[in-house]
Amino acid sequence: MPDQKLLLGSPAPFWHNGSSIKARSYNIILASIPAVVAGIYQYGTPALGVVSLSISFAMLWELLMNLAMGRDLSIGDGNAAVIGLMFAMLIPATTPWWAVLTGTFVAVVVGKQIFGGIGCNLLNPALVAIAILMLSWEGLLNFDEALVNYDLGFYAAYPLGALKHHGVSSVGYYSPLDLLLGRQIGGIGSTFGLGLIIGGLYLMLRGHIRWEIPISFLVGIFVTSLIFNMANPDKYAGPVFHLLTGYTLIGAFFLATEDSSSPVNFVAMLLYGTMAGILTILIRNIGFFLDGTVFAILMLNVASPLLDKIRPKAMGKGVDYA
Amino acid sequence: MIKKPFFGWGRPKLKYPVIQKHETDLIELALGKKVIVLFGKPCSDIDEGFLKVGNRVKTGQRLSLRDADDEYFISPATGTVTEISEHIGYLGVNQTSISIKTEKDEQWDDEFRNSGGTVSSETAVKFLGRLPGCSSFASFVKAAPTLDTIVIKGIDEDLLITTNQFIINSRTEALKEGIGYLRRITDAKRIILVVPPALVNKAEETGTEVKVVDPVYPQGLPEMVMKKLLDRTVPEGKTCEQMGVGFISSEAVASLADAFGQGRIPVHKIFALINKQGLCVNIKARIGTPVKDVLGFLDIHTYAGDRLVLGGPMRGKSIYSEDTPVSEDTDAIMIQDKERVILYSDTPCLNCGECVRACPANLPVNMLVRVLENGLYEEAAQEYDLLSCIECGLCAYVCVARIPVYQFIMLGKYEFEKLKSAEELNA
Repeated sequence: MPDQKLLLGSPAPFWHNGSSIKARSYNIILASIPAVVAGIYQYGTPALGVVSLSISFAMLWELLMNLAMGRDLSIGDGNAAVIGLMFAMLIPATTPWWAVLTGTFVAVVVGKQIFGGIGCNLLNPALVAIAILMLSWEGLLNFDEALVNYDLGFYAAYPLGALKHHGVSSVGYYSPLDLLLGRQIGGIGSTFGLGLIIGGLYLMLRGHIRWEIPISFLVGIFVTSLIFNMANPDKYAGPVFHLLTGYTLIGAFFLATEDSSSPVNFVAMLLYGTMAGILTILIRNIGFFLDGTVFAILMLNVASPLLDKIRPKAMGKGVDYA
Repeated sequence: MIKKPFFGWGRPKLKYPVIQKHETDLIELALGKKVIVLFGKPCSDIDEGFLKVGNRVKTGQRLSLRDADDEYFISPATGTVTEISEHIGYLGVNQTSISIKTEKDEQWDDEFRNSGGTVSSETAVKFLGRLPGCSSFASFVKAAPTLDTIVIKGIDEDLLITTNQFIINSRTEALKEGIGYLRRITDAKRIILVVPPALVNKAEETGTEVKVVDPVYPQGLPEMVMKKLLDRTVPEGKTCEQMGVGFISSEAVASLADAFGQGRIPVHKIFALINKQGLCVNIKARIGTPVKDVLGFLDIHTYAGDRLVLGGPMRGKSIYSEDTPVSEDTDAIMIQDKERVILYSDTPCLNCGECVRACPANLPVNMLVRVLENGLYEEAAQEYDLLSCIECGLCAYVCVARIPVYQFIMLGKYEFEKLKSAEELNA
């Protein structure tokens, strides 16, 4: 029947609030801009190069995997770009190109695509890549070594490294304000604390990340480091130092909150964040690694399906039939 | 369409429309050239002795297909039966579509009036089984002895619809009368009228018990009313009726008053028409009027790719043909422009948790959708509370990955029922 127009059939509901994966990804990118721009300002062109390369490679790996697996092209949803950006924010500005190539491969292919793509990854892809690089090439993420040729005009020793090797006395070299304003060395996008906090608040208020996770993560770090500090102030640094150094802030707002690898129920989210915070400080204070954030969050990523079993009772469950 | 607010960390707040006291506008549609009745039995069940093409029918005539005591429908107009054909309805149910060519001179059928018009459950089952606003009034009356409470819905279940509020506002007297008839038919001990705050005064004029519902979706759904207002949570897999509470719309109750008051079975339905801009008007039309006529009357044009929905934006059903008629249960006709339609996608769940926060019944929707996608219906019911779902559709409304979550859940429930009945057969 040529005169019959085809109407669109679809299941209810016929309204949608307009949210999408694309908007979510681009908002995360938007929120990370202050921190990334501060990093590029500090380290110059090499940092810009690393960020661009990382995002491009991540998207390229995604495209190649889409083609290899014969699935719909998903680079448009921005998730691969976010992974590339997160990875770039965590590494030093002088990272060689092959390390970026390898890292993004691990992140996108091993961390995300082989599990089934977006939403199916068990672990945060960017953190998987960082962990593998950290364990495979020891010097690669040693910020003191990597950034040795920079003259940045402030006390240029990696704060957590200084703390580990020279003890609490070195904490005195860093004022909290300097740390907050990014006057410390570290990953390209992980040192400008104020920018990360602004980005994180933006994401929380707009509902792109769940506020429970970053808040409980920071509380976990604060309380645990405070306990350590009170127990032995000569050996352990105070909570403010821990909150503003290493990957703490980027971990709280951008890494621990990755959707697929974190729980969704209220109590589970609080436990997840708090436990990741506690574990971070445990690794920093009595573990081998300088910064425990990476492994702490990865550990809790693994625990998240189990934590998500703690959920409120559904309506009508366990009600006696009247 | 209501978009997510800029600051959107909480659960979605979708407000029901609340009509104001002076709002009594109603567009009345004249009878068209043709009416169509959809009957829930397959074509093959029809006995030609009862109904065949060429039969003359009168308005309000009780027509059965096979047996005088069997299920029946009410002819909404006077005219000649021109076509009896098969129609595939929701969930693939075989239905019969009966077209009636209408005549200008309307003749009312007298069977109901001549039956004496005694107000009893027998009369109600025999003649008023399909009331506007409650197409299953017959089974409602049959179930009435097991009910201890009847809730009259003064607020509509879905968004944008104000039919029931309109009835309370403009037909208060009829409603009051109808409640009296309902009491006599069902012997109900307790009849509660549930209304939004703006209509409390009007509702109290009916003299029955009034409860106020917060006009935020999905508080108007029966399960939520049960939980919030009656303090009786419906156990998973049970219905409100099994809990002793029956729900009926204000429109059906007011229709009862019309039926017994005038001795004529009501054949008009009031519904909302939601146009492409999202504006709503209340319309009164003959049951059986094809959607095409309604759209034509209001000069609304549809084009290929538009979406036509019977019902509201959250729980309606999309239709594929403009010949689909307005039925007793049509609360709204919604037209969506193809530019405004947001399509579902087959992206896997992101685990962002929006649905879990939106769910009024605390379902683990993120897990549920995973098991349902893989067809594990029994696991969904046992481990992930599939049967606790109250079918509000908020999960799909907020889904970032645009998964048709609501459809997955409905399919899951349907398939689980099938599995269960197959098991019972084999046992």
